[in-house]
Amino acid sequence: MSEDARKDTPEQAEFRAWCRQWLAENSPAEPPVRLPQTPLEIMTREQLDYLQAWQKAAYEAGLVGCDYPVEVGGGGRKDCQRVANEEMQAARTPFFPNVIGLGMAAPTVFYHAQEAVKQELLPKLFSGEEIWCQGFSEPGAGSDLASVQTFAEKRGDKWIINGHKVWTSLAHFAEWMIILLRTDKSHKYDGLSYFVVPIRAALGKGVTVRPLIKITGETGFNEVIFDNLEVDDRYRLDELGKGWQVAMTTLLHERGAGELKTPQAGGMKNRSAHTISASAVMDLAKNIQREGRAASADPLLRDRLMALLIREQGFRQNQRRQRVQALLDHPMRLPLQHKLVISELAQDLASLAVDVEGMGSTLYLADDKAPAGGQWPLSYLNSYGMTIAAGTSEIQRNILGERVLGMPKSK
Amino acid sequence: MAQPNNFGFGEEAALLKESARKFFSEHFGADRLHALVAAEHDPERVPACQWDRELWQQMVDLGWTLLAVPESAGGVGMPVAAVAGLVEEVGRAAFPCPLLSTLATTYVLGACGEAGSEAMAEIAEGQAATLVLANRQGDQRPGDTEVEYRDGALYGSGWFVQELGKVDRLLVCARHSGGLGLYWVDKSARGVSCHADSIVDLTRDQGHVDFQGAAATAVADNALPALDRAMPAVWSLLAADMVGAGEWLLQTTVEYVNTRKQFDHTLGFFQAVKHPLVNVMIQIDEAKSLVYNAACACDTEVEKAAQYAHMAKASASDMAAFASSRAVQYHGGIGFTWEGYVHLYFKRQKHSQMLWGDARWHRAQLADLLLGSAA
Ligand SMILES: Cc1cc2nc3c(=O)[nH]c(=O)nc-3n(C[C@H](O)[C@H](O)[C@H](O)COP(=O)(O)OP(=O)(O)OC[C@H]3O[C@@H](n4cnc5c(N)ncnc54)[C@H](O)[C@@H]3O)c2cc1C
Repeated sequence: MSEDARKDTPEQAEFRAWCRQWLAENSPAEPPVRLPQTPLEIMTREQLDYLQAWQKAAYEAGLVGCDYPVEVGGGGRKDCQRVANEEMQAARTPFFPNVIGLGMAAPTVFYHAQEAVKQELLPKLFSGEEIWCQGFSEPGAGSDLASVQTFAEKRGDKWIINGHKVWTSLAHFAEWMIILLRTDKSHKYDGLSYFVVPIRAALGKGVTVRPLIKITGETGFNEVIFDNLEVDDRYRLDELGKGWQVAMTTLLHERGAGELKTPQAGGMKNRSAHTISASAVMDLAKNIQREGRAASADPLLRDRLMALLIREQGFRQNQRRQRVQALLDHPMRLPLQHKLVISELAQDLASLAVDVEGMGSTLYLADDKAPAGGQWPLSYLNSYGMTIAAGTSEIQRNILGERVLGMPKSK
Repeated sequence: MAQPNNFGFGEEAALLKESARKFFSEHFGADRLHALVAAEHDPERVPACQWDRELWQQMVDLGWTLLAVPESAGGVGMPVAAVAGLVEEVGRAAFPCPLLSTLATTYVLGACGEAGSEAMAEIAEGQAATLVLANRQGDQRPGDTEVEYRDGALYGSGWFVQELGKVDRLLVCARHSGGLGLYWVDKSARGVSCHADSIVDLTRDQGHVDFQGAAATAVADNALPALDRAMPAVWSLLAADMVGAGEWLLQTTVEYVNTRKQFDHTLGFFQAVKHPLVNVMIQIDEAKSLVYNAACACDTEVEKAAQYAHMAKASASDMAAFASSRAVQYHGGIGFTWEGYVHLYFKRQKHSQMLWGDARWHRAQLADLLLGSAA
C-alpha cells in the first residue's frame, strides 16, 4: 500500500481506486504539438484544444472540482481533490489549461457570488470549456494592488467599465475575467469592488486584448483595455466596497494557503513538459560531462545539489507537519510560507541546473545540441515569473513578518 | 516500510513536550541560566562545569533518561520523534545537562543487542553517560578513535567528549586486534583521567579523557553496525536541540525588534530587519520538519534514517548559524554584551553546529549515498 493510500478515509479510498482505474484506462494521448512548461505559456489553439479536451474528460470522470457541491457542478465529496491530484500526478497526466479558473476564480466565485451565478459559471469552469483570467494588476498598481484605478460606474442596473489591466495571463483565450475595480475614488480600500466579467463576448466591443511577450520569448500574458464595457450587476461579487476582502480569498488560494484544494494534474513525461525537482537536477548532473567526468562528481556542485535536495525535502515535510497540530506554532506560519518557499526553491533548482550544464546552457530550444532540449535555461528564465507574480517574494516576506511575527506594516 | 503520517508524534509525545516546556519555563528562565553559567566572564577563565544538579535529578526522576531505554530493559521505549520533542525543549531552555549525551549513548547501546544490556541497566538506574568517539582533530568516524583495547583494558585518549564533567559512565569506541569495538567504562575507575576543555559555549562542558589501563566491559566487538544504526537518532536529536534554541533566538529577537524604537518606528518596521527574520523562521521550520521526519525514520523507515538525519543535521546547522547571527546583529549593542542573554544561545548554537558533523560533512555523506562516491 502506498503512503498516500494508508491514511485515506473510506470515501477517499474508494475514490482513489476509481481515479486509478479511470486514469489507467483513459490515459491521454501524446500531445500533437510541443507543450509549454506551464499553462501560463499556452500560445496556440492546438495546444489549448488538446489540453481542454483532457480537462473536460477528467472533469466528466469526476476528477475536477471533487470537493465542491453537486449543485454548482462539483463532485460533492469531502477532501477528495487531494486524492485526485495525487493520482493524476502519479499517472503523469498533462496539466489543466484553466489554472486561474480552478485555482483562483472558482473559490472566489464559490464563496462570494449569488447562487444562480455559481450554477451558471462553475460547471464550465471545471470542465475547462470556459477559460478564466485574472484582472488585478495595472500599469500603476502592482504590489500595491489596492491602488487600482480601472473604474466601474453605475448606470441603471448596469456597470460601465473603463481602464487598463496588464500582465493578464491567458486573457487571449479567456471567456471570463475576475476583476478588481474601483467604484469609489475617495476611499483606497473601501472604494474597491469585485466583479466577474465576460470578456470574450465583448472583444472589439468594449474589450481589447493585446499579447505581451515574456522574457523567454513566449507569449501568455496580455494587456486588456476596457472602453465602456457594460456588465450586469448580478456579476458583482459580494457587496459594493467589499472588493478588497473578496480579493483576499483569491490571493489566499493563489498562494496555496486557501481552504479549497486546487485541482492539479501532473507534468507529462515527454520531451516538452519537464519537472523542476532536485532529482531531475541530480539526473542531469549524472549525465552532463564536465572536464572529463560527470558533473555529479564535482564537490561544489554536489554540495549545492544536496543543499537544494534538503530544502525540497523540508518543503515536503512542512506539508506533512502542517497537519500535526502538536508540532505547530502560529496557525498561518506554514501556509503563508508556501508560495515563497516553493517559488524560490524552483528558481534555485533551475539556476543550479543551468550551472550544471555550463556552456551547454547557452543553447536554447531550437538547438538540437542543447542539453535536455534547452528546457533548463527556459525554466530558469520562467522561474522569475513565479517569484514576481502572485505577490512578489518581497511582499510575501512583508506578509509573513506582519501576520506571523507581529511586526508593523512596512511602507 | 512507510512512516506514519503524524511522524509517530502522538498524544503521549505531545504531553511530554508540553510538560517539558512547562518544566523549564517554571524552573529555568534565561535569567537563571545566565546567573548559573555566566558568573565568570574572563576569556581565559579556568574551565568550569556549571549546572543545576537538583533540576537534573528531577529530570531523571521524571523518567526522561529512560525514554530511549526499551521497555524490555526497564525503560519507557518512546518513539524517537517523541524524544526529539523533549530535546527541542531542552534546546529552547539551553539547559546544561547530560540528557542528550545519555540519550545518544542509550541509542548506541540499544543497537549493540544483548551485550549492551548491563550498561543499559545502569542508565535505567539513573547513571548519566556519554560517547567517546573523536580523535584530537575532532574527526568522529569510527576508525578515527585514538583509543586501544587490549587485555580487558583501555589505553590512549578520547577527545571532544560531551558533558564529560557531568556524566558517570563512558561508552568508548576503541581499536582492538580484530577491528573496532565499543567499551563501557566507569568514569571514576582507576586508569581514567578526565581533563576539562576550555570552551566557548557556556551551556555545556566538554573534555578529553586519558585511559591508562582502565578496566572496561566490551559491549560490541564490531562497533560499526551499532554506530550506523544509532547515529541517525543522535544527529536527529542534536538537530532537535538546535531547532529549540533557534526558536528561542527567533522569538526573543522578534520581541526585541517589536519593542525597540528608532527613527520613530519599532525596528520590525524596517525590511532590512523584518525580511531576514522571516528567513530565519523559514529555516527553522524547514529544520524542524526535517528533524521529525528523520526521527520518525529511525523507528519506522530504518533504511532511510541515515539519509534523513543527514538532511536534518545539515539544515539545522545552517539554520543555527544564521539564526544566531541575526539575533546578535538585531539586538545591536546589547546583543554584543556579556550581560545580555543572546550570546548564551549564540555560543550553544555554534557548538552544536560543529558537533557530530557540520553541514558540509552531512551534505557530503548524503551525496555519497545518493550520487555515489565522488572519489
Ligand atoms: C508571469 C506573470 C504572470 C502574471 N499574471 C498575472 C495575472 O494573470 N493577473 C494579474 O492581475 N497579474 C498578473 N501578474 C502581475 C503580478 O501580479 C505583478 O507583476 C506583481 O504583483 C508585481 O507588481 P509589479 O510588476 O507592478 O512590480 P512592482 O510592484 O513595481 O515591484 C517591483 C519590485 O519592487 C518590489 N517592491 C514593491 N513594493 C515593495 C515593498 N512594499 N517592499 C519591498 N519591495 C517592494 C517588488 O518586490 C519588486 O521586486 C503576472 C506577473 C507575471 C510575472
